[in-house]
This record gives sequence, structure tokens and C-alpha cells, in this order.
Amino acid sequence: MAVEDRRVGLFMFLPAVTFIVLLIGLPLALAIMYAFSDARIGSTSFHYVGLENFRSILQSPSFRDALRNSVVFTVAAQIIVIVASTILSIALAAPFHGRRFVRYLILLPWVAPISLGAIGWKWILDSIYSVITWVLVWAHVFKPYSAPMWLGEPKLAMASVILVHCWRLIPFSTVIMLAGRSAIPKEIPEAAAIDGAGFWRTEFLINVPMMLPIINVAVLFGTIFTFTDMTVVYILTAGGPFDSTQTLPNLAFSTGIQGSDLAAGAAISLFLVPVLILIAYFMLRAAHRAEVT
Amino acid sequence: MQRGELREIRNKLVQYAVLAIFAVLLAFPFYWMVIATFKQNIDLYNVENNPFKFNLPPTLDHLKLLFFDTRYVRWLGNTALVGVLVVAITLAFALPAAYALARLAGRWGQRLGIGIFLTYLIPPTLLFIPLSRVVAILGLQDTIWSVVLVDPSFTIPFSIWLLMGFFKSIPKELEDAAMVDGLTRFGAFVKLVVPISTSGILTVVIFTFTLVTQEFVYALTFISPESQQMVGVGIPIFLVRGDVYFWGSLMAACLITSLPIALLYNMFLDRFIAGFTVGAIK
Repeated sequence: MAVEDRRVGLFMFLPAVTFIVLLIGLPLALAIMYAFSDARIGSTSFHYVGLENFRSILQSPSFRDALRNSVVFTVAAQIIVIVASTILSIALAAPFHGRRFVRYLILLPWVAPISLGAIGWKWILDSIYSVITWVLVWAHVFKPYSAPMWLGEPKLAMASVILVHCWRLIPFSTVIMLAGRSAIPKEIPEAAAIDGAGFWRTEFLINVPMMLPIINVAVLFGTIFTFTDMTVVYILTAGGPFDSTQTLPNLAFSTGIQGSDLAAGAAISLFLVPVLILIAYFMLRAAHRAEVT
Repeated sequence: MQRGELREIRNKLVQYAVLAIFAVLLAFPFYWMVIATFKQNIDLYNVENNPFKFNLPPTLDHLKLLFFDTRYVRWLGNTALVGVLVVAITLAFALPAAYALARLAGRWGQRLGIGIFLTYLIPPTLLFIPLSRVVAILGLQDTIWSVVLVDPSFTIPFSIWLLMGFFKSIPKELEDAAMVDGLTRFGAFVKLVVPISTSGILTVVIFTFTLVTQEFVYALTFISPESQQMVGVGIPIFLVRGDVYFWGSLMAACLITSLPIALLYNMFLDRFIAGFTVGAIK
């Protein structure tokens, strides 16, 4: 019986594993091979070139900008997202009239396709017709036609990209934290309140520490979503102006696909791997801890 | 007593203020799409006009342009077709695999499940360069079949994970009884477990379908002809002619496409989140 079960199990499990190996494992291996080769689109030549690709990309200023920006965007977005979604999840946790509708509005950035949300922001941040510019001119912060171009100046473009990442991730992170909050046994904060703990002490000495594992999950996913994302940057700025918002995924795309240099593109995208391994390690640790306790 | 009441009122006010600020900030781009959708061009492109109100009567011109003079409807069709096919492929692979892991792999099931879940974390931006070669070699470049083949690579792992949890919640005794009555293990899976799992299957269907509509990187990499596009790429890339953005139609397309997808996703969100949080909540 058990042997028979194992055979049926294998038969049911193998197709999915084969699919995953062929479409994730194999391309991953190919990406590593490409990074040490001279593969190009439209050419059949394929030679091992050692660390040549890595040497040349490490010397390119675009790559250094991309590496730095990817880290800056990811870290900045996570900090803002965690603070904002902690506040928002506290406000959403208590019941109120019209909660479902407010929840739908708040979740829109996460549940709508990001390429469409990003193009919506591109219109809001337009160089001439930006509504933000209009409001600032109306409030006399800037004179007409002298307001900054949000996506046209390096510092502002970086801030805009971070803003859009936060906009998209805050809802996701908030829902995760709401789930974590609802898992806290009600008696604990209630007992604290009876013992005279106020709002701040209940939140920061009881609720937030109890939610740490779940905040951890939100940060891990948020890091992956920001660090490996290319949609936001590609649509908002395409890496510009002057590579000031260039990121690793976007540079890999423009080098490997648009520039036909598959080898260099693959080498650039491999720089995502160390971060992914780190995240996987933390996830496994969290899962293991949950299994043990 | 009175101080307590006062504090309660103050707390409520703070709560509403926080909610209002976040709701406005987060939903604003969509509100702004609504405004642009119905505004006449000479109103839209005049920096002297107050952008918050209709200085000229609203118009349906942008919607007409979108539906009759662009490939938008075609893209919707492409996306729906790809969505349905990817859902079918995902279910065909994920249902049996999830069952095998939940019931037939013993204590290895959970570990293998986590391993599969982790492949979901390997991003398209790491795989799209080699996959573009694979797609070209298979002759699928520039057709929707390229994404039909590749999209299941990120829908299957997460679906297996979701369904595994679902199957574990079904009591074992159901299948044991059916097998005593003469069904094989696989027969019990097909005739008994799948039919009572409709709610889990529905979750996977919605999740897969919305993920396909949200996908951007693969569609952008594999498909270049305008007529073969998916909505997620067609709207931001092909509604721009040269350097000219047709903002009215562009915003209309974003709005019409986003809202139903968002509504669908939103209904099932809590279940996806339960999958995301792995074991961090009991």
C-alpha cells in the first residue's frame, strides 16, 4: 500500500518538477553559462571567455550606478514602507463604517497591474502637465514654468522611483501586517490595557514585538519585489536621466536584449543572486522556526 | 469617565485622519486616470486651467480612440486567451503535484513544498535573457505562445504551495473510505478530492489569471509586434506614438483594465496572503 502510494505520488509530482526544472532551473544554468561566454543575439558563436564580461561591466560607470541605485532604492523603500504600513495597519485594524470600500481603495496600487500604475504616475509627474507642479505653482511655491521636472533631474527622479515603489508596496505590506495583528490573542493587549498601559506602550512593547516574524516576512518579500523589479524604472525613466535611476534589472535588459549583448546582460543580472540567496536563507530560517515551535 | 470618552473621540479622529490621508495618496493615480479619461484635449493640455475640474464639457473621444483606432481590444483578447491557457496549464501541473506533496510524500512533503515555493522567488529579471533564447529556438518569438509557455513557471510554484495547504485541511478518512470502496489512489484524487476542492481551485484560478495580466517583463522581452501584445505591455508601450503620449486614451486604458483586475484580486487577497506568510502565523 505505502509503496504503491509512493509510486502514484511520484507520478503525480514529476510533471510539475520537470516543468519547473526546464523553465527555471535550466534558464538559471544558462544565465550562468552566458555570463562566462561571448553569446550575442543574432550570432551563433559561443566561446568561454572567463571573467571577461565581469571585468568589463565592473569598469562601466553605468553598472556602478545601477548597483548603487538598486541598493538605495530597495533600502529606502523598505524603511518607508515598514513605517507607513505599521501606521496604516493600526488604523485599519479597528472596525469602522465603510471599511471594505476604504480597504479596496488602499489596496488598488498592489492589485492593479504595476505597468499601468506606473504609467499613471508618469502622467502625474509629467514635465509640463504635472498636477503636482500645478498645485505648487498655485500655492506660489514656484513661479509658472520654473517648477522642477520630476523625472528630469537626477535627485528628483530617484525620489520619484522610490515613491512609486513605496506606493505599490505599502498596501501589500499593510495586508500582511493586518494578518499578523489579527493572529495576536486578544487577551494580551486587553490585559495590558487593564494594567494601565496606554496606546503607545501597548503597541510598541506588546503588539509590534509579537508581530516581528510577520514584519520580517513583509520586509523579505518587499526587498525581492523592489530589488528585482524593472517595470517601474523602465516605464518612469528608463534608467535616466544619465543613468541616475539605472538599476541592475533595467541595465540587464537594455544591455542584454535591446543591446543584443546576451553575455553582458546575463552577467549583470547575476548580481541579483547574492541578495536572493540571502533572502531564501532568511525565509528558510523563518519556516524552520515555525516548524519547530 | 468623561476623560475616557474624550480620549475615545480623539482616537477615532486620528484613526479617520490616517485612513483618509492614506486612501487619498494611494488611490489618487486612479482618480487622476478618471479625470484624464473624460477631459477634452484642449482642456487637458492647458497649464492655465485648473486640472481638478472640467473647464470644458466632458468627452468620450479618448474612449472612442482607444476602442476603435488602437489595438486595445485585440490586446484584451490576447490577454484573456493567454490567461485561460495558463490557468489550465497551471491547474494540470499544480493539482496533482500539490496532492502528492500533501498526502503521499510523508514528512518530505512540507520540505519539498517549501523548496518549490522558494523557486517562486527567482525573478523574471534573472531568467529573461536565457529564456529569450529558448523561446527563439522553439520558434515562439513574437507570438503569445511564448508567454503561454513561460508564465506557468511562476504560477505553478505558488499554486502548488497554496493547494498543498488546502489539501491538508481535507480529512484523510474521506479518501481512505473511498479507496476501501474500490477506488484507486489516483481515482480518489480525481473523483473525490478535486470536486470538493472548488474553493481552493478557484483561488488558484484567480491568482494565476491576475498574475498573467500583471506580468510585464516576459511579454516585453519576447513579443514585439503590436498585434500580439498583452495589455500590460501594449498600453504603456504602444499607445505612445513616437514621442507623443495620447494621455487621455492611455489613462482610459489603464483605468478600464485595472479596476476589474483589482476587484477580482481583492476578493481573494486574504488567501494569497495566507500563502505568502508561510509559517510566520499559526
